[in-house]
Amino acid sequence: MRRYSVFAIAREAMRQHNGWDRAWASPEPKSHYDVIIVGAGGHGLATAYYLGKNFGIKNVAIIEKGWLGGGNTGRNTTIIRSNYLQDPSAAIYEKARSLYETLSQDLNYNIMFSPRGVMMLAQTESEIRGYRRTEYANTLQGVETRFIGPNEVKRLVPIMNIHGPRYPVLGALWQPRAGTARHDAVAWGYARACSDMGMDVIQNCEVTGIESVGGQVSAVVTTKGTIGTKKLAMVVAGHSGHLANMAGFRLPVESVALQAMVSEPIKPAIDVVVMANTVHGYLSQSDKGEMVIGGGADHFNNYTQRGSWMHIEETTRALVETFPMLSRLKMLRQWGGIVDMTGDRSPIISKTPLGNTFINCGWGTGGFKSIPGSGWAMAELVAKGEPGPLAQAFSLDRFREGRFIDESVAAGVAH
Amino acid sequence: MLLLTCPCCGVTAEETEFHNAGEAHLKRYGPGSDDADYEAYMFARKNPRGVHFERWRHAFGCGKFFHAARCTMTLEVFGTYSAQTLAPPAEIAAKIKARRPEWEGYK
Repeated sequence: MRRYSVFAIAREAMRQHNGWDRAWASPEPKSHYDVIIVGAGGHGLATAYYLGKNFGIKNVAIIEKGWLGGGNTGRNTTIIRSNYLQDPSAAIYEKARSLYETLSQDLNYNIMFSPRGVMMLAQTESEIRGYRRTEYANTLQGVETRFIGPNEVKRLVPIMNIHGPRYPVLGALWQPRAGTARHDAVAWGYARACSDMGMDVIQNCEVTGIESVGGQVSAVVTTKGTIGTKKLAMVVAGHSGHLANMAGFRLPVESVALQAMVSEPIKPAIDVVVMANTVHGYLSQSDKGEMVIGGGADHFNNYTQRGSWMHIEETTRALVETFPMLSRLKMLRQWGGIVDMTGDRSPIISKTPLGNTFINCGWGTGGFKSIPGSGWAMAELVAKGEPGPLAQAFSLDRFREGRFIDESVAAGVAH
Repeated sequence: MLLLTCPCCGVTAEETEFHNAGEAHLKRYGPGSDDADYEAYMFARKNPRGVHFERWRHAFGCGKFFHAARCTMTLEVFGTYSAQTLAPPAEIAAKIKARRPEWEGYK
């Protein structure tokens, strides 16, 4: 693989850009691998990347039903933050955020990480208390956050109406080193690095069955034939339940639709990410100038990648009262993604009842921001067969043992 | 937007009038039961791609719970029925079978 650099651009500029390689290869599957990862989204590719980088395991295939990064990796609102309340969540999300800071250099691929800062508005007395508690927890966890007052909020975001018609802005939890990144580029960058290490990224290849011998996984049956493997990692987000069925176990996961939308592009108007959880909407401006808008998830099981109109209405209402200038904007696109929600709204990175089979799912609405940390922790689990310090708390047993990592109570909303 | 008919009061309304309450027909395990059974009752869900039986509450109406049969791949509602049942009634199963001949029946 040729490295991307300013010299490469200069060289290619001299010869009509004829010399660029394909970013990754599209091989046919081999008959056997050391590790097969199902799902070439951000989490699956990151798992493969850290398996190769941290553990030297490179005989790996990443199998994808559709195309690379075509699921939730390409359907989110690209926010990266780590201001969580519970210790295990703060640890893994902060690991992810810190890896994002140097990911462009690590992958030699510009993922456009923009540490522009994320603020979560406090609009009720109980939110102030909740976010102060999070601020103290974050201080102990080594996550840099600060509770700021309404004047500071107004200074950072001049377009905000802090004397809202329903809920005034009373302050905010501010994480200055959080931000956004280009979501497709994260998948593409990891795929290019994996391909460079000799791993096979196999697209348009759906898994239709899982074979086992004596309680250990032996092969996966796919639309491109049966492929043998020593270890299997399932990293398929919303479709985890379906895959778990093939492997013969059930998951504490339900799939629901979460929607987002973008407006027409406008001049720069807001240079931080704002989340308003009481009125329930969040907003950032992309580098193209589009307002990227997200809101709440539907409550019923859904695999259709489209949600209910009521949530679009609720989200736009919340944002128009918080940012009155948005009221005349036209929306360009609206879409939905299928998120896998667990009972405690925390992910699962775990061994499974089937031997040498591992699962990474349940990220719910927090998938994109966790990609590097999740891949890091999952790679350790797959390589060693036992969870490392980051993954330990997120095992499947926690539901039997009552060790919940309860972020739904901590955040009060989907997050 | 789903349209649901509450079998308790007969009102047909949009989903904003109702609240989803998760998978229907869970077999309940209480004190003294096996740990695995209790965990499965509390957390494990079928989460199927296709026909799903679920509980709804007519939150901004009569306030009562009922059951619905719905497809999670198309959002088609096959029908609603009383919550005082242990399995989907025959006429609901027949309606699903008419629309989804490949459906294997309630398990």
